[in-house]
Amino acid sequence: MRTPILKQGKLLIASVQDSMTDADLIQLRDDLVSGVRRHRSVGVIVDVTLLDVMDSFAARMLRSIAQMIKLLGAEAILVGIQPEVAFSMVQLGLTLEGTMTALDLEEGLAFFAAKEAAEAAGDDR
Amino acid sequence: MTAEIVVPIRSDADILLARQRARALAQPLKFSTSELTLIATAISEMARNIVTYAGKGEVLLRLERRAARSGITIVARDSGPGIADIARAMEDGFSTSRGLGLGLPGSKRLMDEFDIVSAVGRGTTITMTKWER
Repeated sequence: MRTPILKQGKLLIASVQDSMTDADLIQLRDDLVSGVRRHRSVGVIVDVTLLDVMDSFAARMLRSIAQMIKLLGAEAILVGIQPEVAFSMVQLGLTLEGTMTALDLEEGLAFFAAKEAAEAAGDDR
Repeated sequence: MTAEIVVPIRSDADILLARQRARALAQPLKFSTSELTLIATAISEMARNIVTYAGKGEVLLRLERRAARSGITIVARDSGPGIADIARAMEDGFSTSRGLGLGLPGSKRLMDEFDIVSAVGRGTTITMTKWER
């Protein structure tokens, strides 16, 4: 199943579904990377609120998505990791090092809004 | 109580199926959402090892009862290449496939019981159990 990606201004928002196969995750990576280029997006929010399991493959894939997007000059933030998924990740030993995370979509949007405001203020000087 | 389900593992879609079957099977047991997530994650890791290293195999799911406790046992088995050095494979961060090397040691931490039998050229069988609290 293809992950729906919503374009909102300069952002892309991907809503990861509950059951993701490896192929779905690879598709998501490719769609986001090409989406950032096509829409000249400055930020990507990957919402994993619905994701029921984060195993080592999913973690590796999400981390690589964030790194690739950074290399394109945009920024990615992972939002909505459920408490039980976080618990399981810690037990498994997954860290998602170097990947930005936030509580939920609202916080993710606030992050980019604050960033844009800071940049706009900087331009005025 | 000997409900038993066998899920053949041949592709990444079967990994998902094994996880879903386990959740359904464990439904009547008194597992918390967190515990169900731990179990599903461990199944995911073991089923993926089958796909990555052996190409095909199976995951067997079984409800257990010992004394007054219920639990779920997961057997992941394949006739693949086997593991040459089990001690190293159980170390965090050791991988022969450019993975994170967390699958085996990590899954052991997720479950209550974890047993691994492997012979080079003959395959690997991993048996793990999670008990109700």
